[in-house]
Amino acid sequence: MTSTDLQAVLPELLLAVYAMIALIGAVYTGKDKLTGTLTWLTAGVMGALALWIGLANTATPGAAFGGMFLDDGYARFAKIAILIAAGAVLLAGEAVLARRGMARFEYPILVALATVGMMVMVSAGDLMLLYMGLELQSLSLYVIAAMNRDSVKSSEAGLKYFVLGALSSGLLLYGASLVYGYAGTTLFSGIIAAATDGHVGLGLLFGLVFVISALAFKVSAVPFHMWTPDVYEGAPTPVAAFFATAPKLAAMVLFARVLFDAFGAAVADWQQVLVLISLGSMFLGAVAAIAQTDFKRLMAYSSIGHMGFALMGLAAGDAYGVQAMLVYMAIYLTMNVGTFAFIMSMERDGKHVVDIRSLNQYAKAEPVKAAAMLVLLFSLAGVPPLVGFFGKLYVLNAAVQADLMWLAVAGVIASVIGAFYYLRIVYYMYFGESETTIETPMSPAAWVMLVGSATAMVLGVVNLFGVESAAAAAALILVN
Amino acid sequence: MVGLEHYLAVAAALFVIGIFGLFLNRKNVIILLMSIELMLLAVNINLVAFSSYLGDLVGQVFTLFVLTVAAAEAAIGLAILVSFFRNRGTIAVEDVNVMKG
Repeated sequence: MTSTDLQAVLPELLLAVYAMIALIGAVYTGKDKLTGTLTWLTAGVMGALALWIGLANTATPGAAFGGMFLDDGYARFAKIAILIAAGAVLLAGEAVLARRGMARFEYPILVALATVGMMVMVSAGDLMLLYMGLELQSLSLYVIAAMNRDSVKSSEAGLKYFVLGALSSGLLLYGASLVYGYAGTTLFSGIIAAATDGHVGLGLLFGLVFVISALAFKVSAVPFHMWTPDVYEGAPTPVAAFFATAPKLAAMVLFARVLFDAFGAAVADWQQVLVLISLGSMFLGAVAAIAQTDFKRLMAYSSIGHMGFALMGLAAGDAYGVQAMLVYMAIYLTMNVGTFAFIMSMERDGKHVVDIRSLNQYAKAEPVKAAAMLVLLFSLAGVPPLVGFFGKLYVLNAAVQADLMWLAVAGVIASVIGAFYYLRIVYYMYFGESETTIETPMSPAAWVMLVGSATAMVLGVVNLFGVESAAAAAALILVN
Repeated sequence: MVGLEHYLAVAAALFVIGIFGLFLNRKNVIILLMSIELMLLAVNINLVAFSSYLGDLVGQVFTLFVLTVAAAEAAIGLAILVSFFRNRGTIAVEDVNVMKG
């Protein structure tokens, strides 16, 4: 029994042990001189683990540690996406951090630990494991947000993220304690049995609302989004790139896990809440970003809007909705890795700039990178025939099938409003007024991320690289 | 006789005091950390009360995890606060305003 349990958590164990060995090794040897090597090594380990999880024997999926740890196809799908995204962001940011004097060896190690936390989160089958995974991820993220120790903005971002993150952990725990008390167990499989006639009792309902609030905070959905723009603006750009990718997917996947595995018997109880936060996020993301000139703040509002669309999939409350959410999140990750690989390279006279107006006439100087950004921004806006459009189509379709026609219509309206600020950047790049002096020196890895993700947005329209069927299989495992 | 509901009421009161401390306090970031601690301890009372009421040990195990993580969280919070103080020269909550969100 113990050996099969350990088998299930082996990827997490390996990554955690790697992180600890790397930490001790780097402390006793080269410290910050090893940052480059460690970054590539960490990304390599993540890539190898993703490959291993993907190819591993899927015949014996299921619960380990008495149902606390769920090693099913749904968790595996999420883990592969998390590992690939985390590795890609590490590689894209490596040269930038070194150039700006922020190459600290703790960074890749903390990212590895955050990744362990995320992998535990998506496999959680118990409130305790959910909490431990979420905290391991969050605590690592607080630290890397404040990584640039000499910058007021970075430490302020870390402080704000910490205080609001701790508040959301408190809400989650209070909800978890109520759920434990009224269901009599912390296991998801036990909680789901506490529902009768498609509804849960009042105590459980209170717990559920607290847990939903905390998870909405982690995915930065309205009304718990306030931290996102400040943290993205203040944190070093490669760190903001990490925040915008893997943790968002992990939190969203965990959200679906809690809603379906623990409260799947009471869909009607949480559906309206999700509809509301989805609607709020889509419109806030679309409207508030219009006034932004800081590219990172703009991407923060953009991610709030995108989370609204992903939550629309969850709000549908069926397997097709979860599949739509997974597909949407996979596409969102790809687009954000590419976009942030570009943002982090923006420089003028050796200083990092993030003003979108500094991109005036950028296309004349760098036609290839500008074209890649054009594709990515169009895809973020959801312009057909790019892949981003199909992601939106998926969630809208899920909403329509779940009789949420009005939500789908609202989503289309929000997406049209939101298209304005993406297209404005394209306008600056191609038709801006003044001459540009901006430079975008990129390492080969960052260039590959930018151009690769833009290419994927074009070529993916053929079959979405098989993500579609994988997501469908994963969603079926979760919902049934 | 002190029953489950009394414990729950105390925990709920402490939790709400913690939340109010977080939002109403405009003086000092350390008070924010104390408010967070208060919230987590309120949760612990809840968990132990439920655990005793249900005759089930899981709640007390959960409490131990919460206590441990709260300690780690406080350590990280203080470290970030020190870094903030070195850059800004103050830890007043109203001075955490370089970025307007």
